[in-house]
Amino acid sequence: MKEENKATRQSYGEALEYIGSINKDIVVLDADLAGATKSDIFKKKYPERFFDIGIAEQDMIGTAAGLATCGKIPFASTFAVFATGRAYDQIRNSVCYPNLNVKICGSHAGVTVGEDGATHQMLEDINIMKGLPNMKVFCPSDETQTKWLVEEVAKLYGPCYIRTARLASPIIYDENQNFEIGKAVQIGDGTDGTIFATGICVSEAIKAQEKLQKKGINVRVVDMFSLKPVDEEIIVKCAKETRKLISVEDHNIIGGLGSIIADVLAKEYPCKLIKLGVNDSFGKSGKAMELLKEFRIDNDSIVEVFE
Amino acid sequence: MKITEEDIKCLKQTAKVIRRDIIEEIYEGQSGHPGGALSCTDILTVLYFNQMNINPQKIDDPNRDRFVLSKGHASAALYATLAERGYFSKEELKKFRKLNSILQGHPDMKHIPGVDMSSGSLGQGLSVANGMAISSKLDGRGFRVYCLVGDGEIEEGQIWEATMTSAHYKLDNLCLIVDNNNLQIDGKVTDVMNVNPIKEKFESFGFEVFETNGNDIDSLITIFQKAKTVKGRPTAIIAKTVKGKGVSFMENQVGWHGKAPNEEQYREALKEFDNGKE
Repeated sequence: MKEENKATRQSYGEALEYIGSINKDIVVLDADLAGATKSDIFKKKYPERFFDIGIAEQDMIGTAAGLATCGKIPFASTFAVFATGRAYDQIRNSVCYPNLNVKICGSHAGVTVGEDGATHQMLEDINIMKGLPNMKVFCPSDETQTKWLVEEVAKLYGPCYIRTARLASPIIYDENQNFEIGKAVQIGDGTDGTIFATGICVSEAIKAQEKLQKKGINVRVVDMFSLKPVDEEIIVKCAKETRKLISVEDHNIIGGLGSIIADVLAKEYPCKLIKLGVNDSFGKSGKAMELLKEFRIDNDSIVEVFE
Repeated sequence: MKITEEDIKCLKQTAKVIRRDIIEEIYEGQSGHPGGALSCTDILTVLYFNQMNINPQKIDDPNRDRFVLSKGHASAALYATLAERGYFSKEELKKFRKLNSILQGHPDMKHIPGVDMSSGSLGQGLSVANGMAISSKLDGRGFRVYCLVGDGEIEEGQIWEATMTSAHYKLDNLCLIVDNNNLQIDGKVTDVMNVNPIKEKFESFGFEVFETNGNDIDSLITIFQKAKTVKGRPTAIIAKTVKGKGVSFMENQVGWHGKAPNEEQYREALKEFDNGKE
């Protein structure tokens, strides 16, 4: 893990600009938040392929669906709470049911939005997006992964949801790291426990791993950036190979990463899983790092589970 | 394009066949929405048999005109029109709304030849039509996009979000048609949630608006032709229609929004078509 911090929303915007340069069918839509979701990076380079729909998320998703029926590859971006909450029915009926090639980016997911508080901290998006047939769900953990992911979903036909974060977080991977849709990334091979994490919580999990190692507890971290399709194999493998399983996510523990893992375990290898996440509540205002601690999804809270 | 009296007569006959097929479908399936399907039949007939640049032999032609049935519950009308136009066999109509039929309760673009967009949840079609119209302009294809909404449907907020987009992006290749039959499930549109004045609303949202008798083939052709000449702004046609048009006992009856005829009613309806009532 590098010292350098960068928000996945920034990496998303830069990746859009890149894929825009190699594929003229890429079009980008936003709902008056281009400066925040970072889709404005694409807008500056390709204004003719950028469509601001204004503060109208339902219309944005429908417009993206229409563009997709004509062969365009639309990336529609706004805050996760508005993309998946406000426009849920449009995503369901105008994108997923006809299986259209629309990519939706929900930025500012989770409590790490910070000061804006509960109304803007989306904690249910993984839950509601994963329940939609045809939808694929991704939550990248760093710059390298986000850039790879954006390029990859542009080539992958069908609806995709990408969850990005506002908070700058460490760059975890080298540029030559290999990723694969539906395959998690295992970091370390400790057998005392597995920390399954997604998005912003992966770097917290790695920090916890380092702290635990100093205490003689060897755990592995599994970066579950691909939530649907999910890597069932690695979940079962870690359940067999390690003594304790925990999941960490900046999301409600109902219906998020922990639930996805629990579903796999119940089916393939029943065992105990400790779920760290926001415990069926709304978020609140505060600084992002304070909130990670408050909701017990920071590295110290992970360490405590093993003590 | 010059329209002859013979053309009009032929289109009227086509509309009659489509209306008959709508009743057959809904009777066979014992489910469906006859009222709103019959009200928009003439609009669909004019679009698919006169106005739109389409070819059932080239269903994926990227340059074809597009049609979005935003009021997806009028599916029986769209299916009967597409079958009559040759997109699929009329045998399919008998399987309307039945298990494993391609003809789902509401339009499904993945399985029905000729359906440009799936629909069913009201208020979403105009946004989709905007996306198609933007795409047409981006690629310089020049195709036109037609979108049919119900008058009750425009109670949905997304419609007004979408109208802003149509005007903002100057989508003059977009033509919205409002099937103005003034009935929705719970009663008269003016009683349930008044949408009037429709014309002024769309005008103030930046549309060039036309009003016409939506059950009159002749007037519809004239208006669609006029709409094609508008430049720099989207067009809307407020089509005054009669819900249940063509079956006397269904006309203007709110109860026929989403109900299938029984055998007696079915025979009565067919008799009206066979007796030459338009």
